[in-house]
Formats: sequence, C-alpha cells, structure tokens
Amino acid sequence: MRRNIKFLGAVSILMIVLMMALTACSGGTATTAATTTAAAATTTAAAAETTAETTVATEAAEPVELLVSAAASLTDVMAELAEDYKDVNPDITITYTFGSSGALQNQIEEGAPADVFLSAGKKQMNALSEKDIPLEGTEKDLLENKIVLIVPKGNAKGITSFEDVATDLVSMVALGEPTGVPVGQYSAQIFTNLGIIDEVTAKANYGSDVRQVLTWVENGEVDCGVVYMTDAMTSELVDVVAIAPEGSTDKIIYPAAVIGTTEYPDQAKAFLDYLSTDRAAAIFEKYGFSVL
Amino acid sequence: MNFSPLIISIKVSVIATIITFFLGIIGARVVVKMKRGKGLVDGIITLPMILPPTVVGFFLLLLFGKNSPLGRLLMNFDISIVFTWVAAVIASTVVSFPLMYRTVRGAFEDVDSDMIAAARTLGLSETRIFWKIIVPNVFPSIMAGTILAFARALGEFGATIMIAGNIPGRTQTMAVAVYTAVQSGNRELAYKWVAIICTISFASMFLMNYITSRHVKKNVKRGGL
Repeated sequence: MRRNIKFLGAVSILMIVLMMALTACSGGTATTAATTTAAAATTTAAAAETTAETTVATEAAEPVELLVSAAASLTDVMAELAEDYKDVNPDITITYTFGSSGALQNQIEEGAPADVFLSAGKKQMNALSEKDIPLEGTEKDLLENKIVLIVPKGNAKGITSFEDVATDLVSMVALGEPTGVPVGQYSAQIFTNLGIIDEVTAKANYGSDVRQVLTWVENGEVDCGVVYMTDAMTSELVDVVAIAPEGSTDKIIYPAAVIGTTEYPDQAKAFLDYLSTDRAAAIFEKYGFSVL
Repeated sequence: MNFSPLIISIKVSVIATIITFFLGIIGARVVVKMKRGKGLVDGIITLPMILPPTVVGFFLLLLFGKNSPLGRLLMNFDISIVFTWVAAVIASTVVSFPLMYRTVRGAFEDVDSDMIAAARTLGLSETRIFWKIIVPNVFPSIMAGTILAFARALGEFGATIMIAGNIPGRTQTMAVAVYTAVQSGNRELAYKWVAIICTISFASMFLMNYITSRHVKKNVKRGGL
C-alpha cells in the first residue's frame, strides 16, 4: 500500500516537473505576449492624450501585432499574405486565427481580441454590423469566390458545361448536401436557374461538405462535381471545366472589416488597404479568389 | 513541418491532466460523501462529457467573454482568457474532468466498507483513511482515469477552437492543426498529425494497461487486493 502511494507521488512529481519544463520552454512566448499587452496599454494611453497624426508617427516605430480572424477557407492564402506583408511593413506582424465564419463572429461578439475580421459570408459580417462592432467605414467586400464544375484530371468524358450534367455524359454528379452545405445550396440554385434541377437531382450524390465532393471527384468515383474555385485550385487531380454562368447564383462575397475595439486602428486599416492592392491580389488569385 | 502544435498540445494536455487529477479525486470524494443532492451535482459535473464539445466551448466563451461578469472582472485585472493557451487548458480540463471523476468515483464506491469500518475502530482519522486505505485501493482506477483524461485532453478540439481560437504557434493544438490542414486541402499534413496523435494516444493506453496489470500482479503476489 505504502509503495503505491509513493508511486502515485512519483508520478505526480514527474508530471509537475514535465509541466514546469514545458512552461519554461514556452515561457518566452508568454512573456512576449505580456510585454506586448503592456506596450499596447501604454500606446493607448498615449494615443488618448495626443492627436491622431502624432499617434501614427509614434506607433509606426513600435512593432505591432495584428490578430486577423479569418474564415477557414483563407488558411493558406493568409499564411502567404502574412509572410508577404513583412516586406511591405516590417514593423507589423500579422497573426491569424482560423475557424468557421459563424464561430469567428461569436468569438468577436464575446470580445475576442481580434483586430481584423475576414468572413466567408456577408451574413456574419452583417450580424456584427448590427451591433456596431466593426470600425465605422472600414467594412468592405474584399473577395469573390466562384462556383465551378470539376471533373477528374484529363476529362475523359468530355464534359464542358453545367448543362452537360443533365446529359448522358454524366451518370453521377457529386454535390454538396443542399440543405446544410452552402456549396450545395449554390449548386441547386444554378441547376434550378438552368432548368435542369430534376435531371441533376436524379443522379446526384450528396457530400457532407465541399471537401468530400472534391475527394469523390479526385478519386474518380463520380463523373463531375460542383465546388468552389478555391477548393478546385488546391487539387492537382481535378480539372475545372466550367465557371457558374453570371447571374445563375448569388455572388459569394468575402467581406472584411477592422474591429472597433482594436488597439491599432491605423495599422489595421493599412493592412486592409494592402489586401486590396495588386500585390495582394496576385496572391489571392493564385488560390482561386477574385479580388473585388 | 512546424512542430509547434505538438508542443502546445502536450503542454496544454499535461497541465489540464494535472488539474483534472486533483479536481477529479476531490470531486469524486465530495460526491460520494454527499447525503443530499448527489444526483443533481453528479449530473452537472458529468455534463461536459455528454454535451457536444462545441456547446461546452460556447458556454466557456460566454463565461469568459467580455460580456460576462467573470470576463469583466478579469478585464479589471488586465487578464484576457479568450484566444490564449490558458483558454485551451480550461477547455481541456472541463471536458476531461468527467472522465477522471467518473472512473474514480466508481472505484470509491466499490471500496470494501468493512475495511473502512475496521480502520475507524482502530482510530484512524477520516483523512488518513482516505489517503492510506481508499486511495491505494482505487489506485488502478486513478491511473486509468488520469490516462483517459490525458488522452481526452490531447484530442480535445471542439471546445478548444471555440475559446482558444486557432492561432498557429500559440493556440493551435494538434487536433486543431488537423482541422486546419483538412480545411485547406493539405492532406499530407493532416495525415502526419493524425499519425502523431494516434501514436501518442496509443502509447498512453498501452502505458495505462501496463501500469494497471503490473499493479494487479504485484498485489496478487503479495496477497493484497
């Protein structure tokens, strides 16, 4: 019995030591974060006392970290933009957090310390606007994503348009589930507008999300599928054969805004402006986004 | 490949497991001793195990957000929990706690009451009975609970991404890294993280079985248990 207690004690001590070691490892980051916060507090205090112009001047010299809450579909492109922005403005570090736009919206509403919000839908941004959360005048439609028809690499069946899905060329098409998956709703809109929804529904196989649709097409388990341009661009195994005809579906807009509670409104605005430059547009386009 | 999610995950789950270890034993002890309202308290503290983790995360976000009294109180001390690794520890602790608590509580209830009564007649204090008789008897369960809690904390995703966010290098744990990799279509990276998580989880389970079986063998040899 006694030995058991000793063993239990030993395990606890071991765990505590391990924890301390790990905390020591990460201590650097924790301290930096604390320092940044302290610096931020000082800057804010200074900003309150001085005029807007001088604030820009004093703050520009100090390293600033902006936290960007970005929709999960922006993961890769944001990583590259953050890297690129180091050259544009070396004093500003871009840190980002990813999630579904709805979750990000909730986090921002609950006061998560985000400086910039990049949403994959207007709905989430509008919800924040209703609560006056974005900084006035900073909201804008930044990007557009397109709905595309994809086929397995090589296009053996010779499919060239959305209309072809209704023909005998296609025996099975992968779509997003039309009630719960946004891309499924857009797909249904397109085929309804083209007047072929019944024919298409008869051979549809519904994926639980857009990635599943992509996987099915990649593996050739279906003849074609409907996904976002940005998803199609991530895969080497599919070809984009058609873009949804203009007006056949609602536009898929990615809005952006500076969050009102930011400690660095000027830097955040500058970053947002950078996202609209040709330099950033070239990066966005590489990933399949169109800059508005 | 950036290994920061591994370090963050280990750090978060080890700290969460330590907290859960003590809270779980104390919680189990308190509930077992309760005379009234046992069912209610048990229900409430087991809830995080049954609720979807995203719901737990949303509760935590509301609780620690700046709109809540607790969030405002912390703000007064310049403490912001949301989007920090501390938030990840809180999320992991809350979801892993019921596993520890449940496992240990079940074992507490199985301890031979004659033995405890005997100890009492011999004049041992309740605290000493707890540490000298009950705890050694439920040792395998404590180990099992601890390792289950660790594995759960390591795999925690839903609550973590809600309250700690998904900041690479700061709050992005391995589970969140898998989500991010899949979301951005980076299969290979996702596979790598899945392999690492599986290895660590499997090793934990193996360790648990090893410790428990060794303990049983030892006791059988000594004629204990």
